[in-house]
Amino acid sequence: MHMADALLSPEVGGAMWLATGATIAVASRKLKRDTDHRHIPLMGVVGAFVFAAQMVNFTIPGTGSSGHFAGGMLLAILLGPHAAFLSMASVLVVQGLFFADGGLLAMGANIFNMGFLPCYIVYPLLYRPLAGGRADPGRRRVAAWLGAVMALQLGALGVVLETRASGIAELPLFAFLAAMQPIHLAIGIVEGLITVAVIEFVTRAEPGMLAALPPAAAPSVPGFPKRALAGLAILAVVVGGFISWLASAHPDGLEWSIARLTGEAELSAPQDGPHGLAARIQESVAFLPDYAFPAAGTAETTAQEDSGGWIAPDAGTTVSGLLGGGLTLLIAGFAGWALRRRPSSPASPTS
Amino acid sequence: MNGPHAAFDLGTLDRLSQGTSPIHQLDPRAKLLVTLAFVVAVVSLDKYAVADLLPFFLFPVLILARSGVPFRFVARKVAVVAPFAILVGVFNPLFDQAIVLRIGEFGVTGGWLSFASILLRFALTIGALLLLVATTSVPALGRAAERLGAPSVFVMQILGLYRYLFLLVGESQRTLRAYRLRAADGGRPAWRIFAQILGQLLLRAVARARRVHEAMLCRGFDGELRLMGTLRFAGRDWTFLALWLAAFIALRFLRPAEMLGALVTGGAQ
Repeated sequence: MHMADALLSPEVGGAMWLATGATIAVASRKLKRDTDHRHIPLMGVVGAFVFAAQMVNFTIPGTGSSGHFAGGMLLAILLGPHAAFLSMASVLVVQGLFFADGGLLAMGANIFNMGFLPCYIVYPLLYRPLAGGRADPGRRRVAAWLGAVMALQLGALGVVLETRASGIAELPLFAFLAAMQPIHLAIGIVEGLITVAVIEFVTRAEPGMLAALPPAAAPSVPGFPKRALAGLAILAVVVGGFISWLASAHPDGLEWSIARLTGEAELSAPQDGPHGLAARIQESVAFLPDYAFPAAGTAETTAQEDSGGWIAPDAGTTVSGLLGGGLTLLIAGFAGWALRRRPSSPASPTS
Repeated sequence: MNGPHAAFDLGTLDRLSQGTSPIHQLDPRAKLLVTLAFVVAVVSLDKYAVADLLPFFLFPVLILARSGVPFRFVARKVAVVAPFAILVGVFNPLFDQAIVLRIGEFGVTGGWLSFASILLRFALTIGALLLLVATTSVPALGRAAERLGAPSVFVMQILGLYRYLFLLVGESQRTLRAYRLRAADGGRPAWRIFAQILGQLLLRAVARARRVHEAMLCRGFDGELRLMGTLRFAGRDWTFLALWLAAFIALRFLRPAEMLGALVTGGAQ
């Protein structure tokens, strides 16, 4: 359930990075202050463990399909929210780089969905109140299972909302939800069972081992330590959502704001609304005297405009634009071919 | 063998990043910033942008050419991770059926345009990311991130993870192979067995971390990891940064596709 750059608008991606970056900064400071340096190698190795665990697929019972482990809840229970968040974030960064899961801009959203949500929402608000003290193992089991299920549900919801807010994909909200949530419920149920079973296994096999871990269960971890942080993150998301809503009401948020700033629309100054649209389409048809095109579906587009759905073909979606784009692609390809390094040079490490 | 991730062998990217091309030798900060600017420029385009995206291929193509990273390697990796973007984007043609472009008799709907745009965005952003990693080692990227203001604890965490990644992935593969050799069906483990395998791996990981920490203490570890080597932002790094930033601004706002198209079709005003 990795978010992808291709589906993300810069406003949403930036807002998610802002939230994630602030959380990384706070968690780092908190960790540096509170824990002793024993945990530095431990977090690295446990992060690598989650990474390795995610590469193994297991079968989801009754479906015949397979899923892989996410591990956010397991880490939160084992390491406490701050260390778990940083571990998850590092896993997602390296995964994003090596497996190209999502992309550079989407990394903020992915860390939020799979790191922030389990560690700072599900863990303090669901797991800890539910698990209570350490006295009742049954309650802890239920809490861990439910926590893992909820973490995945929230993560999937995050992907849906971020995609919707970005407005690149047209998939209706409810259809998208109907596709994402049940799949992640199935995976989440198994994830929860595995989370519980791993904790049981480790406690049974080596009871002393968990005590050596950072004090996830120690009383020093408060219920919800960073209310301000959560507020900031939520604010960033709301602001991001607002900006992207604002941007979607205009052809191009960036250009619109630049036009506002400079007091003039840049370049060919495409106007909003049906008139400007029709004018632009006619203009672009006039660009191509050699091609006998009908007046590019002005009626349809205008009707669409009236019905509320915003649709304004970009200046680049004219045929001449496509042609020009194809040409630039050719030029780029040729430049690359001309400037390429000799294939022998990278292959000879001794040179 | 195990899901899409196994299709990537981690070692190849790591080996590629050790290259010596002019791109490899650039300061990692310059490459990181340029790649980030590239991604932002690409995703900031209108959702129907198709033609305007094409000139942006200049960047990955030139990096590909100058770095000597094999094209097929990047293309294969982009293809492997494409399904999610395709699955979500393929609904665009269904829900957005207004015709926005006519080529002769043939009408192209907004949905198909935005779907094509998603695919192009995907190829551009993921391609650029893979090229960044194929030309810059993870320790160098970590150092760059730290110098650009990322918290050092987090950078340490990434470097620590990266250091043990190869070991633990190897260990998990060996454990899984051991399971397969003994299992009756030899397929994927059921979740219950999988949990035991995971627990086993976790125990070993924690034990390893303890040994590592002891070894670090023996060598005078005091809680601060000191990175070897310094970064130097030389003239060519400034040039690289400035030229590409200027190029992205030009590609983003001057829209060379439209200009060139108008030129060749004789429609320039």
